[in-house]
Amino acid sequence: MSTYGLPGRRVAIVAGIRTPFARSGTTLKSLSAIELGKRCVTELIQRTEIDTKLVEAIVYGTVVPSVLAPNIAREVSLLPLLPKGVQSFTVSRACASANQAITDAADQITLGHADMIIAGGAESLSNVPILHSRGMSDALVAASKAKTFGGRVKALAKVRPRDLVPITPAIAEPSTGESMGESAEKMAKLNAIPREEQDQFALRSHRLAAAGTADGRLTAEIAPLYVPPSFEAMSTDNGVRSDTSIEALAALRPVFDRKYGSVTAGNSSPLTDGASAVLLMSEERAKALGFTPLAYIRSYSYAALDPGEQLLMGPVLAAPVALKRAGLSLGDIDLIEMHEAFAAQVLSNLKGFTSQAWAERAGFSKPVGEVDRARLNVMGGSISIGHPFGATGGRILMTLCHELARRGGQFGLMTVCAAGGMGHAMVIERT
Amino acid sequence: MRDLTMRNVDGIAVITIDLPGEPVNKVTAELRGEFAEMFGRIEADTSVKGVVLATGKPDTWLAGADIDEFLTLRSAADGEALSRGGQALLARLESLAIPVVAAIHGACLGGGLETALACRYRIASDHPKTVLALPEVQLGLIPGAGGTQRLPKLIGLQRGLDMILTSRNVRAKKAFQMGLVDELVHPAILLDIAIDRARKLAAGTLDVQHAPKDRGATGRLLEDNPIGRSIVFKKAREGVMSKTHGHYPAPLAAIAAVQAGYDKGSAAGYQEEARTFGEMTVSDVSKQLVFLFFATTALKKDSGVEHAPPQAPTPVQSLGIIGAGFMGAGIASVAAQQGTSVRLKDTDTARVGKGLAAVSQVLKERLKKKQVTRLQYDDQLSLVGGTTTYAGFGHIDLVIEAVFEDLALKHRVLREVEPLIPANAIYASNTSTIPIAKIAEASTRPNRVLGMHFFSPVHKMPLLEVIVTPATDADATVEAVAYGKKLGKTVIVVNDSPGFYTTRTLSAYMNEAGRLLDEGATIESVDKALLDFGFPVGPITLFDEVGIDVGGKVGVVMSEAFGARMAPSESLRRVVESGRSGRKGRAGFYLYDKDGEKGAVDATVYELFPHGATRREIEPSEIQERCVLAMVNEAARCLDEGVLRSARDGDVGAVFGIGFPPFLGGPFRYVDSLEATVIVERLTALNGRFPGRFDPAAVLLDHARTQRRFYPARGAPLA
Repeated sequence: MSTYGLPGRRVAIVAGIRTPFARSGTTLKSLSAIELGKRCVTELIQRTEIDTKLVEAIVYGTVVPSVLAPNIAREVSLLPLLPKGVQSFTVSRACASANQAITDAADQITLGHADMIIAGGAESLSNVPILHSRGMSDALVAASKAKTFGGRVKALAKVRPRDLVPITPAIAEPSTGESMGESAEKMAKLNAIPREEQDQFALRSHRLAAAGTADGRLTAEIAPLYVPPSFEAMSTDNGVRSDTSIEALAALRPVFDRKYGSVTAGNSSPLTDGASAVLLMSEERAKALGFTPLAYIRSYSYAALDPGEQLLMGPVLAAPVALKRAGLSLGDIDLIEMHEAFAAQVLSNLKGFTSQAWAERAGFSKPVGEVDRARLNVMGGSISIGHPFGATGGRILMTLCHELARRGGQFGLMTVCAAGGMGHAMVIERT
Repeated sequence: MRDLTMRNVDGIAVITIDLPGEPVNKVTAELRGEFAEMFGRIEADTSVKGVVLATGKPDTWLAGADIDEFLTLRSAADGEALSRGGQALLARLESLAIPVVAAIHGACLGGGLETALACRYRIASDHPKTVLALPEVQLGLIPGAGGTQRLPKLIGLQRGLDMILTSRNVRAKKAFQMGLVDELVHPAILLDIAIDRARKLAAGTLDVQHAPKDRGATGRLLEDNPIGRSIVFKKAREGVMSKTHGHYPAPLAAIAAVQAGYDKGSAAGYQEEARTFGEMTVSDVSKQLVFLFFATTALKKDSGVEHAPPQAPTPVQSLGIIGAGFMGAGIASVAAQQGTSVRLKDTDTARVGKGLAAVSQVLKERLKKKQVTRLQYDDQLSLVGGTTTYAGFGHIDLVIEAVFEDLALKHRVLREVEPLIPANAIYASNTSTIPIAKIAEASTRPNRVLGMHFFSPVHKMPLLEVIVTPATDADATVEAVAYGKKLGKTVIVVNDSPGFYTTRTLSAYMNEAGRLLDEGATIESVDKALLDFGFPVGPITLFDEVGIDVGGKVGVVMSEAFGARMAPSESLRRVVESGRSGRKGRAGFYLYDKDGEKGAVDATVYELFPHGATRREIEPSEIQERCVLAMVNEAARCLDEGVLRSARDGDVGAVFGIGFPPFLGGPFRYVDSLEATVIVERLTALNGRFPGRFDPAAVLLDHARTQRRFYPARGAPLA
C-alpha cells in the first residue's frame, strides 16, 4: 500500500501538455522561458476547459531564471485567463525542477491545502543571461555611484580588456567545477560503459522517438506552438533524427575527453528550449468535475550523493525508496521512463539498479533489479526528444501516463537525475 | 443647488460637480444657472481665497453639452444666444479675482474642457479614464463656449486646430506634455494637490507660465507670425476639404472662428464663434449627426428583442471561432481586446498560423500607437489559442463560424461542432448573405442559431448586424447583442432574409453601378459621382476591395431570392467569369502593384464589358440618383418586409455598415429630407425607364400618399 498521501487525498494527474522541444538557437529562440511557459499553460487551460476560478496555485520550475523576472511561476500565473489571486512560486532542482514543481503541488493537494494546481516548468537555453565580468561589474557599480562626470570616467577607466569578456553560465557544478559532460565521462569509465553501447542507446532513443512521432503517440502530448513573429506552427520536436545511424554516431568525436573519452554530442541530450504543464487535482475534485484522470501519484522520493563522486547516480538511490513507498517492486512496474541526460548515465543507472553495493548505499538489502529494456523509454528520451532543463519532468510524466494507458498497464516508474548529485523517482498508478 | 456642492477647506472653496441621478456630468441649463449663482456666492464670501473645481462622478469630470438642449433651438439666433451665454459664464469664471483650479479626473469633453480652459490652473489625474477632447464637430457643431479661442492660445495653433477638427481624445499624459494641463498626479492625491495649488496661487507663491509646450522649431516658426499662421489655416482648410469633400460645414466654421480670433482680435473671435455655433446648431448636417448620435445611444440600451427575458444574459466568456481567415482573425482580435478567451480553429496549422499572425498584426497596431502596453498586448495575444481540433470547444459560450460562403461547407461545420459544444451555447454564422434559416437546417437546435454579420476590417468597422430567425431564442439574441456591444460595436437586429439588410441594400446599389457600366459609363465617372455624393469609396472600387468573386457569389444569392430586380449586371458577371478577383488578386477594375496599392483604372477590363472600350458620358446626377435610390428603395422594402425592426436601425445600419453618407443621416432620413413624394416621383420615373427595377416600396408610396415621415420634423428625432 502506498505511504504517500493522507487518507482520501490521492493526487490525480488530470492532464498535461508540452510545447514541442527545439534545439536551442533554433525555432523557439525568440521566446523566453516565461513566454514558453505562458503559452503552454494557456493551452492546457483552454484545452482542458477548466474553470480557472478553481485553479489555486501555479508551481513552476526553471533552472536558468531570468535576472529581470526571477519568479517565472508568478509571471505565468498572471496570464489573463487566470484570476490574479492565483498564488504561485518557482522551484529549482536542476533537471528535476518540473518534478519538484509537480511533487510540491501534489503535497499541497494531499495535505488538503488545495484541490487544483497547475505544475510544470520551462527553459529557454537560447536566452541564458550573459553576465559581466567581476572587473566590469565593479567599474559599473563604482561609476553609477560617482557623483561627478570625472568620477564616472575614473571609475570606468579601471576597466581592462580582459574585463570585457562576458561570462556565459556553464553547465558545470559550482562545487566541483566539473561540467556535466565531464561527470558523464567519468561515470562511463567508473561503470565501464563502452562507447559502442552508448551509441547504440542513443540510436535506440532516436529510432523510438521517430517512431513515436510518426505514429502520433509522442505528438499526442504536444500542443503545436505558433511562433512569433511569423506565427508559423511548430508541431514536433526538432531534435529527433529519424535518419541517424550507428555509423554516423560512431563517427563523432568525444567532446569532454578527446583522448580517452566516449561521451559525444550524439549520445548526450542537446541544449533545448521548451515548456511543460500538468494539471493536478485531488481525486475527489477530478471526479466531481467529471474528469477521468490519466493516472494517480502513488509515491515519490528524492535522493542525493556527493557531486564529486558520480554526479548522475541519484536515480539509483531514489528509485528503491519510491518503490518501497509504493509498496511495489520493479517486477510490478509496467513501464519505466528514465531521463536520458547521457547514454552513459542511463546505462550507469541501469547497472546501479542491479548492484548490491548501490542497493546497500540506498539502505536496501537487495538491488532494484534488472530493467526490462522493452519497458524502458519506449518512445525515446531526452537524448532524442531534447531536454529543456526546467520542463523535462513534465514531459516525462506525460509520456509515461499516456503510454501506460495505451498499454493498459497499472504502474509506471519514472526517474530523473539532476545536477548537484541529485535524483528523483516517482511511481504512478492508473486506477 | 442640486448639481454643485461647495465645502470650504480653510479658505479654499472645493466645488464638486455631481448631477444627481445622471451617470455622467453634463452642461445643462440648470448647471449653468447653478454656476452663475455659485460665482456670486464666492465673490461675496471674502473668506474664500481660491476655488477648486472637482467631480463627484467616478469617471467623468464634465462630459460636454446636454444635446437634448440643442433640439429645442428654433433658429440660428437661439443657438448664438446659447453660445453667448456660455461664453459670458466662462468669461466670468476666468475673471474671478481669486484663482480657480480645475482638478480633472475622468472625461473632460466639449463644454467641460472649455470650462477647464477658463480656469487659472489645470491638474489632471494620471488615469486611463481621464481624457480631454473637443468632440463638437462630430455632431456637426463647433465649440461654442470659447474653445476655439482659448485652446489654440494655450497649446499652439496647430495642435489646437487638430484637437478641434479631429475631435481627438487626448489622454492625461499627452495633455500634460502639450501643456493642456499644468500638472499630472495620481488620482488619490488630485484633490489635495489642487487645494494646495489654489492656495499658492492665491498667495502669489505659484507662478504660472502658460505657453505652448514642445512645439518644435517649425511650430514656433509657423504659429508665431501672421504669415505662418495663414499657411496653417490654408493647410487646415485643404485638409478638411480633402477629407469631407465639402459635405461638412462645421470644421470650416471652426477654422474661421479660430482665425477670427487671431486676425481680428479676441472679441471678434468670440463673436465669430457664437455666430457660427448658432448657424451650425440649426444646420441639416448637424441635425443628421445628432440623430445618429441619439440612434446609436438608443441602440446601446436596446437589448435586441422587444420583450427581454427576465434574467440577464449569460455573458460570453469564451468564444470559439471556426475559420482563421481574415474575418475570423479580425473577430478574434477584437474579442481578445475585451478579455475573451478565444479558440481559433481552422483545418491545418498553416491556416491557423496565418490567422494568429493577422490577430497579432491588429493588436500590434494598438501597441505601436501606444494604445496598449506591451503587457496588455502580450496578454491579449495569449488569449487567442490556435487549434486544428475542436479541443477546448466543450465549454464555449458562443461559436462564430467564419468559413467560406458555401452552404454545404457551413452545414458540415455546424454538424461537426454542434455535438461538441454546450447545449445552450450560441452558434452564430458570420455569413454576409446566406439566410440563417438555411444554415440552421443542419442544426438539431435551430433555436440557438443566429447570424452575426461583422464587417471588414472587423477592428475598424463599427457595425454588427445580428440576424435572427423565427426559431431563434430571445435569450440567444440578447446574449449575442450584448456581446457585440461589449466588442464595441453598434448592433442592429434584423430578421432573416437573403442578404439580410446591409448586404441586400448594398447589392441594389452596386448592381445599379454595374448596370451603368453596361450602358457605357466609365469606371472613374461612376466612382467619382458617388464619392462626391458622400460615400467613402466608389462602388466599383468597393467591388475590388471586397473581392469580385465575393461580389459574384452574393449576386447569385440575391438574384435567386429577388429575381430580375437584383440580377447582377452583365459587366460584373463577365468580370467574375474572367477570374479577376480584385485587390487581393492584384487584378480587378483597377490596376494594383505587387503590394496591392491601387493605381488607375485597368483599361483592359473594358474589353469584357458590353460596348467594350466605347464609353460614353453619363451625368453624375444620373449616376447618383440611380445608385442611391436603388439603395434607398431596397432599404424601404426591408422595412416593408419586416427585415428591419425600424427606420432607425436601417439608418444606423446603412451609415455604419455600408458607408451611406452620415451627413444625410441614412436612407430613411434622406427620404424625410427630400420628402417621400419626391422620392416616389423619381422612383416612378426611373421605373418607367427601367421597368421593374425601381418599383417604389409600399412604405414609400404610403408615406407619399399620407404625407407621413419616418421621423418627427422637429424636436427629438426618436421621440
